[in-house]
Amino acid sequence: MMASLRRSGLLAPSVLTIGALLILPLGLMAYVSTLERGPTGGVIWSQHTTDAYVQFLFERDLTDRLVVNTDYLHIFGRSIVVAAITTAITLIVAFPMALWMAFQPPRRRLLLVFIVTVPFWTNILVRNYAWILLLRNDGVIDWVLGRLGLTGEHINVLYTPLATTIGLTYSFLPYMVLPIYVSLEKLDRRLIEAAFDLGANRWLAFRRVILPLSMPGVVGGAILVFVPGLGAFISPELLGGAKSMMIGSLIQQQFGQSRNWPFGAALSFVLLVLVLLALSAHAARYRREPKP
Amino acid sequence: MSASGTNPASSNVTRLAVARPDAAPAARAETATVAVDCQSITKTFGAGAVRALDGVSLAIRSNEFFTLLGPSGCGKTTLLRLIAGFEIQDAGTILLDGRPLDGLPPYRRPVNTVFQSYAVFPHLNVAENVAFGLEMKRRPRAEIDARVKEMLGLVKLEGLESRKPAQLSGGQQQRVALARALANKPRVLLLDEPLSALDLKLRTEMQLELKRLQHEVGITFVFVTHDQHEALTMSDRIAVMRAGHILQVGTPEEIYEHPSARFVADFIGETNLLDATRIGTARFRLASGVELETAEPGPPHSNVTLVIRPERALLAPIGGSALPARVEQVVYIGSDTIYLVVLEGGLRFRIREQNRDGPRSRARAGDAVGIVLPPAAIRVLAQ
Amino acid sequence: MTDATLTRSFTLRRFELWRFPGTRAVAIAALLYLYVPIVALVILSFSAGDSSLARWQGFSVHWYADVLANSDMLRAIRNSLLVASVATTTGTVIATMAALATSGPRFRLQTGFEAMIGLPLIVPDIVAGIATLLFFVMIGVPLGIVSIMLAHTVFAIPFAYLPIRARLQGLDPALAEAAADLYATPWQGFRRIVLPLIWPGIAAGAMLAFISSLGDVVVSYFVSGPGATTLPVYVFSMVRMGVTPAVNAISTLLMLASIALLTVSYLLGRRFQ
Repeated sequence: MMASLRRSGLLAPSVLTIGALLILPLGLMAYVSTLERGPTGGVIWSQHTTDAYVQFLFERDLTDRLVVNTDYLHIFGRSIVVAAITTAITLIVAFPMALWMAFQPPRRRLLLVFIVTVPFWTNILVRNYAWILLLRNDGVIDWVLGRLGLTGEHINVLYTPLATTIGLTYSFLPYMVLPIYVSLEKLDRRLIEAAFDLGANRWLAFRRVILPLSMPGVVGGAILVFVPGLGAFISPELLGGAKSMMIGSLIQQQFGQSRNWPFGAALSFVLLVLVLLALSAHAARYRREPKP
Repeated sequence: MSASGTNPASSNVTRLAVARPDAAPAARAETATVAVDCQSITKTFGAGAVRALDGVSLAIRSNEFFTLLGPSGCGKTTLLRLIAGFEIQDAGTILLDGRPLDGLPPYRRPVNTVFQSYAVFPHLNVAENVAFGLEMKRRPRAEIDARVKEMLGLVKLEGLESRKPAQLSGGQQQRVALARALANKPRVLLLDEPLSALDLKLRTEMQLELKRLQHEVGITFVFVTHDQHEALTMSDRIAVMRAGHILQVGTPEEIYEHPSARFVADFIGETNLLDATRIGTARFRLASGVELETAEPGPPHSNVTLVIRPERALLAPIGGSALPARVEQVVYIGSDTIYLVVLEGGLRFRIREQNRDGPRSRARAGDAVGIVLPPAAIRVLAQ
Repeated sequence: MTDATLTRSFTLRRFELWRFPGTRAVAIAALLYLYVPIVALVILSFSAGDSSLARWQGFSVHWYADVLANSDMLRAIRNSLLVASVATTTGTVIATMAALATSGPRFRLQTGFEAMIGLPLIVPDIVAGIATLLFFVMIGVPLGIVSIMLAHTVFAIPFAYLPIRARLQGLDPALAEAAADLYATPWQGFRRIVLPLIWPGIAAGAMLAFISSLGDVVVSYFVSGPGATTLPVYVFSMVRMGVTPAVNAISTLLMLASIALLTVSYLLGRRFQ
């Protein structure tokens, strides 16, 4: 009895902090999405409407009828596609890299993990800003290619979805490498030796033993890249430009120049729901399987 | 079937009061005081799903080396933890020197524990570990230092005061745990399988060492183990437990020679168990038709189990009153020779003979032999 | 063949089996890819002219001098350190209490509680930023240093919780019981036995929380106010405005600071073992 009283006391601060400063605000955000927008930004607390959600899919034409507006859907679609492509690219690069790292001698392995982690610890702004330097017209890549005579005109990569993808891939590569590496490193080598012993060559051993057993790491990495990629803000904002807007920038815009708070809240809420769905799908799938 | 001190099954058998040099309790059984009195203890886990202890009652006497013996899951560790205060019983009460311990947290019970993993504090050195309890009780520094020195001398760890546990062997760590517990002069010392992590030689040494310590210090020891050999070596009295119940309480001799239940007979030492039906006051018939006479009538049932220790059965020439049997296997284990024989009707039987005159095998596999079961050696138990 | 050569050729052959073709090339390329942008950034920060290679005018450190004299930036740095310190301290204490609670016997709502602790890590930072902003506006909390501290404390908790919980789980539960057995009250047992033994976990958790607070951009961006920016928000505004060598210099300094912090925490971690 005393024990449970003490435990409640230990749990209370975290429950109160996270409850009051995150859960409550999230609920408030959902509530705000149902309110009427104020004339100069902000909201009118007493007036309820579904305008924000309507605005997501429709707009009013000149005769004040509702017409389907796919602009915002495009933005969501683009975000999903960019996040998916980023996940795919990081996976293709990270897997061989993690495979190589995992089979290095132990001393070197630790050093490699450290080397891979260092860029991850530098500030995200720094990581994306460096790509501005590289990708912009008159930037490093443009200059090098020009000097080598490979292109006639500027590369025009900055402020396109390609630039955003490059920035995201760069930022999230360690998130994909590390879980796969951990999963491969923990692999029982004797299983692979058994496969060799039973006549498998390297390719077969890889396909039938290593690959399946590294799946938890792969899925973990994929989640760690896709989910933050969906809601990414810095990379699209710095590298993407106005023409290739993603969800993050769109939301920010509602609280900046567009002054449409309920709409911004609605967009945030939809993003949150998407993220939670992706995570529960993953959790549900892996809850039934025993951990290796 | 819970007992607290007497053995109902053998109440009408003349008990041979063999004097054991170090068995004090048998003589002063009636006048000893009760140190720990457990009354009808029930403890469940998982909202009633697991019944660890079911109405268990037990009286442990002062200054005795008492062992709780049983297989995993029998409740012996749970009972120990209830006395220490790490768990709270669902029903029943525990008295220490007549005063109830219920409601007292572990740090207010004058009881100390030696844990299975030793639980020596890794960040404190040996002296600090041993001093810990005394520091918690705010004893004067001089007293603490003196007591630590005394304890380390007792467990033969002098000179290792500033070593950290990581620099000690398993056996040494265990002695630190002992010294740390005994330093507080508890009324009762609880030991939770403290020898299970030691290798065999060290284990046997520590068994005798612990026994000597208990005598020297004069504190009640409550020892938990699943090793019946260990229990027989060290204990003044043993409680054999199974599935939350105490089956029998007695001295090692009582438990071994007069088991009150089939499980006890089987758990302690090697045994031959034969099912039989009663055909007389002290006469029984086996399934194969063989008839046996016993010295004791046993419980008034018609279906019984006959218990014969392998070392009491005799290998004899065929004929006369010897039961016919065939030798299946002969096993030489150095000090003894074991004969695995098959009686009529397919019953397996085990005989153990001491190699008193050096190794000799009185029969070989395949031989036909006779078995003699002296009536005084047969115990009769309810089935 | 002698025994020695037999063993050696066997070891070589075994090592060969572990090499998957092409992986080394990909790994080296990826490592280059990770470091080239950073190296380019550092080099360009020393450019005397603007930071375009086409107009390289020689080495200079005057951008660094400019940056270090910038009082706005210095104030932003001070704010960042202040916020990070407060949020880390508060968050670590709260996280330690939570870890202690979950390391005992499992209680009924434990799974829900652990999900709640992880929530700040799951919610996209832009959603958290927006929600916190709306909340502060609604209850009238002025946007400034305090609002940033409150927001940072929330995600400091899960960052600190994970290493502390891991360390607690590795602790023999009998140790705390032994302390109680030896007459220590729960508080004494915590202070004398548990705390010293989980201290490396607490230090690691605090370091994680500190670094993530220092590096946070999005949430700080939404809940900061005029005159109370943190360094990342300040740099973010600068970067949005355009590329200048001053930004290069700041970025390089930021990066060096992160690496220094990381190396220190790694070395401290090694010493504790």
